[in-house]
Amino acid sequence: MLDPLIGLLYARRRALIALVLASALIFPLTGANSYLIYLVTLSFIMAISALGMNIILGYAGQFNLAHAGFMAIGAYAVGILTVDHRWGFWPAFLMAGPIAALFGFVGGVISLRLKGHFFAIFTLCVGYIIYLVIEKADELTHGTVGIIDIPAPTSIGPFAFDKPIPQYYLVLGFLLVALFLKHRIVSSLLGRAFIAVRNSEDLAQALGINLMRTKLIAFTLSTFYAGIAGGLYAGFVRFIGPAIALEGNTFELVMFILVGGIGTLFGPLLGTIALTILTESLQFLKEFRMVVFGPLLIALVIFFPQGILGYCLQRVAKMRADALGQGAIPPEVAPQDPRHRKPETRDA
Amino acid sequence: MLEISGVSRFFGGLAAVKDVSARFEKGRISAIIGPNGAGKTTLFNLIAGYHPVSSGTIRFEGRDVTGLRPDQMAMNGIARSFQSTSLFDRTSVIDNLIVGHRLRTQSTLLDVILNTRRLREEEELCRARAEEALAFVGLTRIAHRLAGEISQEERKRVAFALALATGPKMLLLDEPAGGVNPDETAGLADLIRKMASSGLTVLLIEHKMDMVMRLADRIVVLDHGEKIADGTPAEVQADPRVIEAYLGADHAAI
Repeated sequence: MLDPLIGLLYARRRALIALVLASALIFPLTGANSYLIYLVTLSFIMAISALGMNIILGYAGQFNLAHAGFMAIGAYAVGILTVDHRWGFWPAFLMAGPIAALFGFVGGVISLRLKGHFFAIFTLCVGYIIYLVIEKADELTHGTVGIIDIPAPTSIGPFAFDKPIPQYYLVLGFLLVALFLKHRIVSSLLGRAFIAVRNSEDLAQALGINLMRTKLIAFTLSTFYAGIAGGLYAGFVRFIGPAIALEGNTFELVMFILVGGIGTLFGPLLGTIALTILTESLQFLKEFRMVVFGPLLIALVIFFPQGILGYCLQRVAKMRADALGQGAIPPEVAPQDPRHRKPETRDA
Repeated sequence: MLEISGVSRFFGGLAAVKDVSARFEKGRISAIIGPNGAGKTTLFNLIAGYHPVSSGTIRFEGRDVTGLRPDQMAMNGIARSFQSTSLFDRTSVIDNLIVGHRLRTQSTLLDVILNTRRLREEEELCRARAEEALAFVGLTRIAHRLAGEISQEERKRVAFALALATGPKMLLLDEPAGGVNPDETAGLADLIRKMASSGLTVLLIEHKMDMVMRLADRIVVLDHGEKIADGTPAEVQADPRVIEAYLGADHAAI
């Protein structure tokens, strides 16, 4: 019953994306209060992290439960370099992604030797070890006290980032770059290799795909995203503590991805924003908001296991397949004739 | 082409494959048959690198390939299909096939991020190979159908197409006609003949005796992990050990 609407939205997807982008651009200028701007900025940062997690979880099919740990590594890289070593924000920030990715690479080499649930359990432990190290290594990380007074992003030329609105645009800029790069990655041959691994490791290997290398690329990429998100988080919230590495934060990201659409480009972004808004609008219920939240989530997982966007794209794929199958294109000539060739459905 | 000598595989104390030697010649269709549990699929897994051999050597085109990983075997030109093919059901058939030629491409993460000319050319190449493979197995008309909605026989053909897209020299087909009806079995047998006459070497495991006897140039019979016979279909059918161990009273029917 939703199909006509989904079909219409898909046909107009470019306009839809432009519309969403335009509203994102004008949102802070509509007189929204600074708390709301803060909240949306924070959700964008979490969305960058979720986009990264979706590469390893949604595309390569490996349930990495240490993601928040790698985000913490990015945040602590910025915190330690700026506060203890007097680096400027930007040089420190430039290190956030590579440092997290380096830890990700090493962690990946070890943990990706395991498969399926064993990998998930192992990475859960990796995440907790990262938390413990941060909490116990007082001299490096300030332990349970955390790092306070992290400098906000410093001005670049005429652009200062000390106020909520410029910070919003800064984070939005990073989010757009993150989306663009992820689009390139997941729609490429490399992204197809990720999907092949998720689909069946045995079959992927039979197709000549090196499992370890492919998973390691996905894992390292996802931790790079986590590091960037962590670095932005440090400069934006300006206080970090060990708790950001806890597995609860990873599960929150998993929830964002599941709601929005696992293995889709925009799903994690949609899920992050939707759930942030939902959580906020249920604030008046205080701790009882979980009474509303829990059943909603369960209903979603039962009726839309692919998430909101995943469901829509599945319907689109079905409608397209039916249209092409019913002779919209002469079936025997279509694929050989480039004039009739349609771009394949990439995960939008 | 492919030569295995003295290959064994033990799981704990159990010999799943014991001291099997055989040569498979280029352009021929060979079959491995044997009762359930005879070690046929294990032997496939050993050849394709899914399990390490406990002892013995595997040579492909004169080179020792013992101990290589499955993806390295695929790079060397040995493609395999599985008893059931796990396709990505929510996308189109052609989309499932494009990744099949990835192993013959060079693009790295950097090419992907910069969207280089090389990447775009290689993506075109992979698509072209996928379309050729699909045309070869006669499924061009279902290229845009969702993989989850095609028939069992079409799935078997897509599995062949996936193997073909890797640019192989040899195909290992595990029960290529499992779960399809007799008419479709005949069609798949024709397709296997077509693959062999295009210069590919085919090695298959199959339970459908009438198909194997008509299709194979050469049959290797396994029982309890050991090779008990090796020869043409006529020779194998006449072999008393085969009749005793495998064909039994049903032999007359074949």
